[in-house]
Amino acid sequence: MGLQIIKPDTKIDFVGLKRTAFIISAVLILLGLASLIVKGGPKYGIDFAGGIVVQVKFDKQVEVKEVKNALQGTKLPGLVVQRFGHADDNEILIRTSTSDISSADVRDMISKDFTANLSKTGFDIQRFDMVGPKVGSDLRTKALEALYFAVLLIAIYISGRFEQRWFAAAIMAGALFGGISVLQFMGMSTTVLIFGALFITLGLCWYLKLNYALGAIVALIHDLLITVGIFSLLNKEFDLTIIAALLTIIGYSLNDTIIVFDRIRENLNGKAAPTLAEIINLSVNQTLSRTILTSGTTLLVVAALFILGGGVIHDFALAMLVGVGVGTYSSIFVASPILLGFGPSMTDKDDDASGVEAA
Amino acid sequence: MNGSLRWKIVLTLLVVVFGVAYLLPSLPAVQNSGLTRFLPDDKISLGLDLKGGIHLTLGVDMDKAMENNLARMGEDLKVVAREEGVIVLKPKVLKGDRIEAVLINQDQKDKLDELVKKSFSNLTIISSVVNADGKVNYVFAPTSEYKKYLTKLTMDQAIKTIRNRIDQFGVAEPDIRKQEGNRIQVQLPGMQDPERAIKIIGKTAHLEFKLVDSAADLEKAKKGIVAPGREVTVIRHRLPDGSYVEKPIVLKHEAMLTGEYITDAQTRFDQFNQPYVTLNFNARGARIFERVTGENIKKQMAIVLDGKVYSAPTIQDKIAGGRASITGSYSTDEAHDLAIVLRAGSLPAPVKILEQRTVGPSLGQESIDKGVMAAIVGSIAVLAFMLVYYGFAGFVADVVLVLNIVLILAGLALFGATLTLPGIAGIILTIGMAVDANVIIFERIREEIRRGLTAKAAIVEGYNRATLTILDANITTVIAAVILYQFGTGPVRGFAVTLTLGIITSMFTAIFVTRILFDLYTSKRAADAPLSI
Repeated sequence: MGLQIIKPDTKIDFVGLKRTAFIISAVLILLGLASLIVKGGPKYGIDFAGGIVVQVKFDKQVEVKEVKNALQGTKLPGLVVQRFGHADDNEILIRTSTSDISSADVRDMISKDFTANLSKTGFDIQRFDMVGPKVGSDLRTKALEALYFAVLLIAIYISGRFEQRWFAAAIMAGALFGGISVLQFMGMSTTVLIFGALFITLGLCWYLKLNYALGAIVALIHDLLITVGIFSLLNKEFDLTIIAALLTIIGYSLNDTIIVFDRIRENLNGKAAPTLAEIINLSVNQTLSRTILTSGTTLLVVAALFILGGGVIHDFALAMLVGVGVGTYSSIFVASPILLGFGPSMTDKDDDASGVEAA
Repeated sequence: MNGSLRWKIVLTLLVVVFGVAYLLPSLPAVQNSGLTRFLPDDKISLGLDLKGGIHLTLGVDMDKAMENNLARMGEDLKVVAREEGVIVLKPKVLKGDRIEAVLINQDQKDKLDELVKKSFSNLTIISSVVNADGKVNYVFAPTSEYKKYLTKLTMDQAIKTIRNRIDQFGVAEPDIRKQEGNRIQVQLPGMQDPERAIKIIGKTAHLEFKLVDSAADLEKAKKGIVAPGREVTVIRHRLPDGSYVEKPIVLKHEAMLTGEYITDAQTRFDQFNQPYVTLNFNARGARIFERVTGENIKKQMAIVLDGKVYSAPTIQDKIAGGRASITGSYSTDEAHDLAIVLRAGSLPAPVKILEQRTVGPSLGQESIDKGVMAAIVGSIAVLAFMLVYYGFAGFVADVVLVLNIVLILAGLALFGATLTLPGIAGIILTIGMAVDANVIIFERIREEIRRGLTAKAAIVEGYNRATLTILDANITTVIAAVILYQFGTGPVRGFAVTLTLGIITSMFTAIFVTRILFDLYTSKRAADAPLSI
């Protein structure tokens, strides 16, 4: 047999560590939330806030200050100049908030000022993005909707698959659409609507005793909150690619959680240990090797992307790095204790779903 | 070797050949060789963020379209009513899609009501109030069906006009499509001059011929004071250095002729090599033009495009034959672009650029290079790790991982999906996650071996127990990807497509193909021989 990172007879008392894990999670989430509150919400990139971003490549090293000085005459609103990518790329980003100045004029102004004030340096406008405020707010709404629908569909799927309770899952979907319609009727904004929907989903999972779904969703919201919080702490901007990263993290986090849950269910059916806490501990230990290996290979390639992928993909890779790390942690330390707290559903009587007959 | 295994091998080989055949045309080295004759035509198409080009979202000003339409309906009503002997005055468009008009004689109220019902089924009468002086104030509104119809018509016309313009401008593979909220998305791959593209696409191109009021006081006009029925606008002159100066000019409000009668527009050069644009009118336009020029000899006629005067020549003689020219002061490119917009027709409503994304080709190439580099480094790291950690089994996993990457790229070509920068990230991520299925299986086999099963039995048991777990875990990721596709735009969609493709192909390679390799490996060995895993 080849190498082994985790010894087969490893018996870490994960359930016993849940208090420590809870404190760590709470601290991370609160730090993130505090940062969001202090900064007045997430920092939106131009995809969501609207505005103009210009990426310029110079043919030699240029200081940010020089560029700023060169552009002083333009009086563009909310002008920000920052370095982009690696230092030897000689690239800068210029941002402005939305204004009545047309994009053609902004492009002209920047070109003219560089030609006049940085006469010895060649430059090339590589990227020019303009997003109007209306489009920005539409994209924001759509992104929130996407996050919400992902959570809802996954909750329904887990309830159906794990607890053979498609009917309860259908009730949940129905009740949720009813609840949303009421909120919509009351004229709530989309943001309120989506958070309302998330709470309804959680409440329904709890009320209908869809505990696997409850555990998975709590773990998932936990991962999203921490990732968003860390992004806020690092002063990173949210744009469309970050939403893509967040949705992937949702998929990944669940992937991990489901594999642990699957083993818990199998061990429950086989009565592998006397108490639920011991079954959970046994299951997490049995899958620990796989969890660490998969996270390891995924982190390996995401790290390659983070280091080598270039400026445009940098923040996306960062979100993935954080998300994959947190997702691995949460499937071990968050999802399973919740299952312990509420107990797996008692309707889990048939074992045709345990995977023995497949392939 | 048993029969079912043989069939599995045949199927796998077919998929491999198919995958390679679809992958090869996308490789630059193959594209220039004679091999292309034997391969499919489908290639991986690169997104704008990798190829460079322009992405625009245009908003059609539907309020303006409605306003223009109501104004025309008001005028129609006035004319049709007059033919019936009913005098209606001052049709005026009000805010909130209403037309207001005054009926001179209240005795004709029934007649007008009847007329509106009969000939203007798109209008409903909101109110008709009889004043003390015997006049009746009418307020009309368009029906909601008509509003819907007009919205659809305006959007379709706008898209058609924009497509015409872009086609004449000569961009390869433009993509123009309607989006919700009265928006149009335009993608122009490879186009490097966004400002010119925007000028061509965004011009309403509403052409009018108006008489110049040469008696007007320009000093007063500058302050905005003009006689009734007159309007003040600007005429621009191009200086030799390429810059412009603008001067005020006073025009009679009523347009003598509009651009709707134009059948063709061309760029020509005069004897000083100055560009100008010639216009051809259709028969009706030609008749009007002949009459108007005949009636206004020695007067100046302004050629107005989107409210700006291009030139204001003095009419020397009656012009027959339906030809006119717009001389003016513009560059060759400008003349060329003017001809394009006039030939392609005017937009039914003004459009506004809501979103614009421009990527230069050098940045695109750099993104590809960096993405490919990250993918290669990441893959090698994963391949090496699997080999070291699992031995022979790791080698099996490596073989299918390479096959997996081939199949993803082939799938992208086959389905005509667009590869974007986040799409490359999606592939790299899939590489990391693709080994997951194998890790789950291998760990399970190890467990079974530890429980004392023989290698063969452990393989059977490991695959059986792991398969549903893997399916469950991957379906949730597919759900996330499908939602990404549904809600995302542009690059995000590309990411969703590659992620979904990657999950499907990795299930095939990691569960199905590895099993074949294991079965082949163990078939010639003793049942209790140890397995390198």
